[in-house]
Amino acid sequence: MFAMIPHDWIAGLLGGLMIGASAALLLLGNGRILGASGILGTLLAGEDPARERLAFVAALIAAPALAALAFGAPAFGQARELPLVVLAGLLVGIGTRMANGCTSGHGVVGMARFAPRSIVATLVYLGAGFVTLFLVRHLLGAI
Amino acid sequence: MRLVISALSGALFGLGLLVSGMTDPAKVQGFLDLAGAWDPTLIFVLGGAVAPMIVAWRIAARSRRALTGASFPPAPAPRIDARLVAGSVLFGAGWALAGFCPGPALASLGWSGVTGLSFTLAMAGGMIVHARLAARRSLQPA
Repeated sequence: MFAMIPHDWIAGLLGGLMIGASAALLLLGNGRILGASGILGTLLAGEDPARERLAFVAALIAAPALAALAFGAPAFGQARELPLVVLAGLLVGIGTRMANGCTSGHGVVGMARFAPRSIVATLVYLGAGFVTLFLVRHLLGAI
Repeated sequence: MRLVISALSGALFGLGLLVSGMTDPAKVQGFLDLAGAWDPTLIFVLGGAVAPMIVAWRIAARSRRALTGASFPPAPAPRIDARLVAGSVLFGAGWALAGFCPGPALASLGWSGVTGLSFTLAMAGGMIVHARLAARRSLQPA
């Protein structure tokens, strides 16, 4: 396990800094919170300003796709059971909108503001994630 | 200008997710798997992302307006309600099942194939269902 940490550690920290810089840019530039679920959810609900959110989502999809074309496809986990993937997508879609945020909006932007709601949300979804993975992988033997 | 900043931020966010390794669902599940070969990378990603954002909030607190003249978002009421907790439970469960959260799901659409597209469409469907239900609820008398 520790043999793989140095590389992943640096990549994780560098990628994290880029994520933080992108959120700082959106806040200091446009006065907006970078939350992936909030931006996509309000875009799908037809709320204004739709063009800004569309530009964000389009660039979020296109930039890594172009990087993958240029430098080769990145690591991507094994094939999964499709019904489980669809269930997971529904849970993430409904859950993030109920909670008004996900890993980016609550986990990065809200935590950096020391917002109590975001700290609670992050602890709860992390806890639910740990428990769900343990149940489904180690007790049920799926995923 | 606002559109350019939105697009630049989206691009940098996507590239950061790619560099960090968080677009790989197996890596995210590796972090959530405390009982398996635990992968701590996500902690470094979160730490790296929160640090510049703490600085950004400090700058925002001292400036009146954003570069484009917009005002900064007000702090949310510190209300911890059942919706916040229940929604976060559902999100955490779905996150663990697929190894995807909203940002990485979008960022990896270029190569995530049927799996990634199915997840993203189901997630979008869940968001639309929530928006419809919320709109209906707000029409009803309290």
